[in-house]
Amino acid sequence: MADTLLKVTGLQAWYGESHILHGVDFEIGRGELVTLLGRNGAGKTTTLKSIMGIVGKRTGSITFEGEETVGQPSDKIARRGIAYCPEERGIFSSLNVDENLGLPPIVKPGGLSVEEIYKLFPNLLERRRSQGTKLSGGEQQMLAIGRILRTGADLLLLDEPTEGLAPVIVQRIGEIIRQLKARGFTILLVEQNFHFAATIADRHYVMEDGRVVDAIAAADVQQSIGKLQTYLGV
Amino acid sequence: MTSQRVGYAILIVLALVAPAFAYPVFLMKALCFALFACAFNLLLGYVGLMSFGHAMFFGMAGYFYGHVVKAWNMPPEIGLLAGVAGAAVLGLVTGALAIRRQGIYFAMITLAFAQMVYFFCVQAPFTGGEDGLQGIPRKPLFGVIPTKDDLVLYYVVLAIFLFGYAAIYRFIYSPFGQVLKAIRDNEQRALSLGYEADRYKLLAFVLSAALAGLAGATKAMVQQFATLTDVAASTSGEVVLMALVGGLGTIIGPVVGAFIIVTMQNYLAGFGQFVLVIQGAIFVVIVLAFRKGVVGEVMDWWKRRRSPST
Repeated sequence: MADTLLKVTGLQAWYGESHILHGVDFEIGRGELVTLLGRNGAGKTTTLKSIMGIVGKRTGSITFEGEETVGQPSDKIARRGIAYCPEERGIFSSLNVDENLGLPPIVKPGGLSVEEIYKLFPNLLERRRSQGTKLSGGEQQMLAIGRILRTGADLLLLDEPTEGLAPVIVQRIGEIIRQLKARGFTILLVEQNFHFAATIADRHYVMEDGRVVDAIAAADVQQSIGKLQTYLGV
Repeated sequence: MTSQRVGYAILIVLALVAPAFAYPVFLMKALCFALFACAFNLLLGYVGLMSFGHAMFFGMAGYFYGHVVKAWNMPPEIGLLAGVAGAAVLGLVTGALAIRRQGIYFAMITLAFAQMVYFFCVQAPFTGGEDGLQGIPRKPLFGVIPTKDDLVLYYVVLAIFLFGYAAIYRFIYSPFGQVLKAIRDNEQRALSLGYEADRYKLLAFVLSAALAGLAGATKAMVQQFATLTDVAASTSGEVVLMALVGGLGTIIGPVVGAFIIVTMQNYLAGFGQFVLVIQGAIFVVIVLAFRKGVVGEVMDWWKRRRSPST
């Protein structure tokens, strides 16, 4: 790995009384597309939320571009250049598509312009004056991804972007994620859909019970398929 | 939207000719409460923060105005500024603590502060305690505008109201206002996009307090007294009622709500304390049957009429 962008060491996290992450370790190089795989409840989403600083309590170390972010509030972390697209999408219901896209603050140069985002998601352009909540599931997902591309963030955290979407839209989102990687974005993707993840990622980390238990490079996926099936229960 | 412009034009013309049909002092009182309700709605309707203590800004600003104009013998414009500045400072102090919590806790903290301010006003020597601060002279505004004349003062109050309303309008439709709406919709999401939600909420709180202060100071200018009623919890409750009756989350709603409530109080004054019962009944009916308030329901009806297919 040439240049480590994000390094997570001994990360533990809690929701109230429940201890969710028990020491997560992994790292991502600049420009990589890495997935976190694992069953429901393995701690994938919590890992993303911990990186973003939106869990109740977290300990351990998360360095982004060499700087420690554990202990910083979420808005400061976002301003460093990490953008999060949550599973529930979090579209602002009282704003329209244009306003939702325009809302996130620019944190660094190098983000996409609104025109480029619309080029990537032509469906959104047609609906630019619609309220965020009046969009279909696929459109909302596109808006949720599109929204974080403008800010110039280097690292995108995508939480199950394909969940509950029709196969053709899943395919479209796969293409877009590949394009984003080609543009130089570093992407940490959480996926249940292993077949989708396998087509786009450079590497996979497997999580179980709040820990990273295995790392599999894309090239080794075929020979590790049996192992993966056991991990994921598919 | 052109129909909106037409609507505003009609309202402004109505406001300009209103003194020919109604008693100016009544209209001025209604305008003061309308501005107060708009300021309150900035917080509840656009940030989702329900303050139960907004009377502290409204009432205190009245005392500030009265003290500055009467005891310090200053012109009314300085009194108004003092009212706004005092309310803003009070808003900064109480808001900084209150915005750390949401929902019922936020409401209770603001209520607690308002009660403290109320008891301060009962005891403090400059407020006149139970008697209130009476006999505030109506001096010429900017040294030239004769505010002794009710009709002249009406247009001054109308101008103040329009200024406050325009400020709120400008605010809500600015990028800042969009961030506020985003925070109201999904605070965690706004945070993780990089917005320090607390700073935005505090600024909205202070602005709301300052505008409530402008309304309170203007009311003291009109009525020539500042009273305990205006800092009391009942006034905090009334402004909630005005905003709800008119319609939350619409910018004109609270104005309509304020006029309905003030008119009702005026015409039902003969019933004495019974007014409160009637107000309570109306409140219940509105909340149960017209949850969007008068303006919200009318707007819905208008939209349905224009596009019957959806």
